[in-house]
Amino acid sequence: MSRRLQGLPASPGIALGPAWWFRRAERGPLRARGEDPAVERARLEAARQQAAAELAALQEANRDRLSPEELAIFEAQTLMLQDPELLAQVEAALAEGASAEAAWSQAVEAFVAQLAALPDPYFQARAADVRDVGNRVLRHLMGAPEEPAMPAHPVIVVADDLLPSETVRLDPQRVLAFVTEGGGPTAHAAILARRLGVPAVVAVGSALRAIPDGATLLVDGEAGWVEIEPAPEVIRQARARQARWQAERAQAEAVAHEPALTRDGVQIEVAANVGSLEDAQEAFRRGADAIGLLRTEFLYLERTAAPTEEEEVAAYRALLEAMGGKPVVVRTLDVGGDKPLPYLPMPSEPNPFLGVRGVRLSRQHPDLLRQQLRALLRAGAGFPLRIMFPMVSTVEEIRWLRALLDEVRAALAREGIPLPEDLQVGMMVEVPAAALLAEHFRPWVDFFSIGTNDLTQYVLAADRTNPAVAGMADGLHPAVLRLIRQVTAAAEGTGKWVGVCGELAGDLQAVPVLIGLGVRELSVNPVRVPEVKAAVRRWSLQEAQALAEAALAQEDAPAVRRLVRDALRPVSD
Amino acid sequence: MQQVTLTLTNAVGLHARPAALFVQTAARFRSNITVRNLTRGTPPVNAKAILAVLTLGAEHGHEIEIVAEGPDEEEAIAALQALVESRFGEDGG
Repeated sequence: MSRRLQGLPASPGIALGPAWWFRRAERGPLRARGEDPAVERARLEAARQQAAAELAALQEANRDRLSPEELAIFEAQTLMLQDPELLAQVEAALAEGASAEAAWSQAVEAFVAQLAALPDPYFQARAADVRDVGNRVLRHLMGAPEEPAMPAHPVIVVADDLLPSETVRLDPQRVLAFVTEGGGPTAHAAILARRLGVPAVVAVGSALRAIPDGATLLVDGEAGWVEIEPAPEVIRQARARQARWQAERAQAEAVAHEPALTRDGVQIEVAANVGSLEDAQEAFRRGADAIGLLRTEFLYLERTAAPTEEEEVAAYRALLEAMGGKPVVVRTLDVGGDKPLPYLPMPSEPNPFLGVRGVRLSRQHPDLLRQQLRALLRAGAGFPLRIMFPMVSTVEEIRWLRALLDEVRAALAREGIPLPEDLQVGMMVEVPAAALLAEHFRPWVDFFSIGTNDLTQYVLAADRTNPAVAGMADGLHPAVLRLIRQVTAAAEGTGKWVGVCGELAGDLQAVPVLIGLGVRELSVNPVRVPEVKAAVRRWSLQEAQALAEAALAQEDAPAVRRLVRDALRPVSD
Repeated sequence: MQQVTLTLTNAVGLHARPAALFVQTAARFRSNITVRNLTRGTPPVNAKAILAVLTLGAEHGHEIEIVAEGPDEEEAIAALQALVESRFGEDGG
């Protein structure tokens, strides 16, 4: 009997395959009494060292695959292994004759219980991390069963939730999709799914437990549902959709390195948003025409002192080289009260998104920006370098920024340092005021890149990180589209270009609307490049313009999405 | 004996990376260092033990009291205070 369970969409795509429950190893009963305390102590010491070595190896091996938050969990787990309070409790039990495994697991469980009892869900979640590291040690102590291995055939991984230490044990080649009981779109399983390009549905709830191992599942990661034992007819349809989806993807990847031309031959640059050298290499492999947004925060965060100019030059040079001569748009440091830096003291702000961030912070600390600009100009000689300023809201700010850049350039010229010949300077448009007055900013920039995530939340007064209103923050809202139109209208016929570097650029329904509005560069997550290029090729500029015109006249975002779906139907069927 | 009372202004409180940084900083000193959560009224715990620090459940906006006693107590308090006041260089994004 088929049953459809609704969850939250976390990674797009369709998958059909057998369910495989991700289970944690069942352990035999613990041996309560140990031999001589000295023997037990030595066994535990060896197990802790093995566990620490494993954690170090996991961190090293998965540096590219995990987010900084996930890597921080491994770091905290390493500290837990050496926790003096935990070890004191273990030692007390050992002295009384407990076995190493009993002493260890009792002490670990005592902390697990204390953390699970805390009111804040963040702290409760740490209980799982403590148990995870506790189990790692127990595995070594008891020569315990290895975690159940994945079957040899591809499966849909079903789990209550997955820890980072668990996701890294999965063989990506054999994962068709993820379905989880808990978690949200930012859960580890969801992040991994998007990175692997497989569908994921999260937060399905306890109904998921009814799924037996091996049951045939149909997962729709776009709509956010999973169907158990779908009817033959549904399977047939799904197989066809899955095949079409995979074929489209394969096709898109095959021509990902070709330029993305509309059907009537207008080239749209499909670029990538990156935050590290590894991202840039991925973007290059996936066929990105450029880097449309290099977030430079990776150079500044998680350290106690600012980077040196030489460090910055080396990092930028490596990125420019990784793109093999393609343009790189570098956004200058963009932090605010929500992510302060230890060496850049900032007062706590009640509303950091409306506070001192982006260039507002740079104006308070011009030396940091001056050094960044010096490093960029030094690294950019011989490369198509684009410098972009974030969070510009007044014309006076952009004038100040251009003056600072001129000053830095003149100083470098005096020092006889070669400067980039192919340099463009632009600004991000996130603040509605900047969009509305784009023509006044135009004389000071070579390009505008619209940060639709922030623009949308500012226009609709809806915090996209607040689940209660995040649904309102849809960048296809006509109010946002009208602001984008203001910017493209200001740039039209002036030789200056307009790009979009928010999530909207990678939204396949938004692609024709943005092109129709006059956007000529779409900067997206590196893995989305092939699909977005394929989406561009589906439309003629004329069709896109008609669609955009109609979109501007709608009353809300769902109406715009209906419009695009209706326009797509004759093309895709 | 040196002590200081501080309010946690970073986004997540003494949790995840901030807790790890706090414990690693405390462990650099020879003094005995304890920390307690005044807001929740917890007893003091060993500031060099990450599990103990996590059990304080110290969230954003909570007040904590740090006490150090030993040969480098002043430096220890100064370092921990600087860390908390820098909001742990927290990566909010």
